[in-house]
Amino acid sequence: MAIGLAHYLAVAAILFTLGVIGIFLNRKNVIVILMSIELMLLAVNINFVAFSTHLGDLVGQVFALFVLTVAAAEAAIGLAILVVYFRNRGTIEVDDINMMKG
Amino acid sequence: MIADFALAPLLPELILALSGMALLMLGAFSSGDATRTVSGFAVAALLAAAAAAATQSDMRVVLMSGTFVSDPFSSFAKVAILLASAAALLMSLDYNEREGFARFEYPVLMVFAALGMTMMVSANDLISLYLGLELQSLSLYVLAAIRRDSARATEAGLKYFVLGALSSGLLLYGASLIYGFSGSTNFETIAGVMVDHGGGAPVGVVFGIVFVAAALAFKVSAAPFHMWTPDVYEGAPTPVTAFFAAAPKLAAMALLVRVLVEPLGALVADWRQIVVFVAIASMAIGAFAAIAQTSIKRLMAYSSIGHVGYALVGLAAGDETGVRGVLVYMAIYVVMNLGAFAVILSMKRQGRMVETIGDLAGLSRSQPLLAAGLAVAMFSMAGIPPLAGFFGKFYVFMAAVSAGLYPLAVIGVVASVIGAFYYLRIVKIMYFDEPAPAFDPVTEPGQAGVLGVSTAFTLLFFLWPVPLVDAAAKAAAALFGG
Repeated sequence: MAIGLAHYLAVAAILFTLGVIGIFLNRKNVIVILMSIELMLLAVNINFVAFSTHLGDLVGQVFALFVLTVAAAEAAIGLAILVVYFRNRGTIEVDDINMMKG
Repeated sequence: MIADFALAPLLPELILALSGMALLMLGAFSSGDATRTVSGFAVAALLAAAAAAATQSDMRVVLMSGTFVSDPFSSFAKVAILLASAAALLMSLDYNEREGFARFEYPVLMVFAALGMTMMVSANDLISLYLGLELQSLSLYVLAAIRRDSARATEAGLKYFVLGALSSGLLLYGASLIYGFSGSTNFETIAGVMVDHGGGAPVGVVFGIVFVAAALAFKVSAAPFHMWTPDVYEGAPTPVTAFFAAAPKLAAMALLVRVLVEPLGALVADWRQIVVFVAIASMAIGAFAAIAQTSIKRLMAYSSIGHVGYALVGLAAGDETGVRGVLVYMAIYVVMNLGAFAVILSMKRQGRMVETIGDLAGLSRSQPLLAAGLAVAMFSMAGIPPLAGFFGKFYVFMAAVSAGLYPLAVIGVVASVIGAFYYLRIVKIMYFDEPAPAFDPVTEPGQAGVLGVSTAFTLLFFLWPVPLVDAAAKAAAALFGG
């Protein structure tokens, strides 16, 4: 069986769903959420590269490179915010992020 | 019209990018505290960029290999964004110093956020859309957490970051599907492909639209993707909240309008049902959830969710009148909101900030001018004629009626009547309740100036609405004519 576009899209869809589920069902700590966000963005990159090869159009791969770059910046800012949060609260448990409710 | 290498249409972005980087250097290398200087230059840069955007020609110019477009729509949005950012920055200067988090990074981040917003509204390609949106979002995450010794502000920043990153992921997934099934990231090419399909869109593109619409609904904080808004608005420092509720909201709304109307305009039947659902949900949440709030910042968060719902009523119409309504509504909303936040920023008792609604009791006796300013903003947000807020609602509901969306218009009117309850309750508390201890007098020219201009605009808009409405009509025509 030849591996075609549909297989890549299926893998990407599964990884993306895992990333979204990881954000919402995770009750442990915020680092896992950051990993889930990375997983989502990388799933999108699989999509872009698969479509790019399928269409014979390089723009998709250019987009994937931009996504990688921005994802790095996003992770840096997320970790920085996490560090200042930890300094204030002494915890990064998801269940403890509850100062504001209503 | 393609005019490569003519950089005049890029002038607002060039001013912002260069001054942002220069101010960062100025702040980093100056000995001593450069916050005041950097803030002054940042306001000047925002105003200069607004002037550059206002003087753009009315022609549609596509630059940078088709990734950047300058037209009356982008110019309208840019002027509003940049003026709102400058006003928010002016209001925050004294507050930040008093509360001990005045750093030069604050104005620099605001300049970069404004740059991201101007790039968003000028995007003509999925890649430039994503980069503009991320430049804005990354700056805003840091701004929310800029008060790094406050547990609430850092928690707000963390929540905003996680949900914002989730929405960026959704946007990208949708963008990848639209790219894959239409074969291009360029808005004009996508629009051409969709027209060739004759209305029946490929199913992959419809999935893509759903993801992109959900992601942008996150950014404009429309229900059911609004859950971050109250927490972030409450936790972030008040001047940052004032900024969040104004410029980024208008920018994200303009981006949503452009994405749905320009590349996906042929699929209006597919996205209209999403917009109608989101509009109804936002108006309902905004009307009901705000009633029980005790914190004024949380109340403003729910109020902003409701206002986004009303603006989306205009977008649901999906025609030129509807887009004109959205632009007029958002511009008026931003002005009213800045006025209301100018009052909230002066809620200070013996040097300490207070932010519950009960603290406003009897404000009319201790500070009649402040109370009058907030009352005008509240009456206008409730949509009471002849204040500006009434005209905003009038234009969007008219557009919905002329597009035949009668149930949506009726639901909108009912929601605005319910919403009037909590706006009028604030007026009642200020004018008829037993006075709470008086606030400290307002000594800050930035806040007083913004409050004065906003109140004057809201009160007198009905005398001369032509400039704003005409500019919005021209912007909407550009989106449909091109």
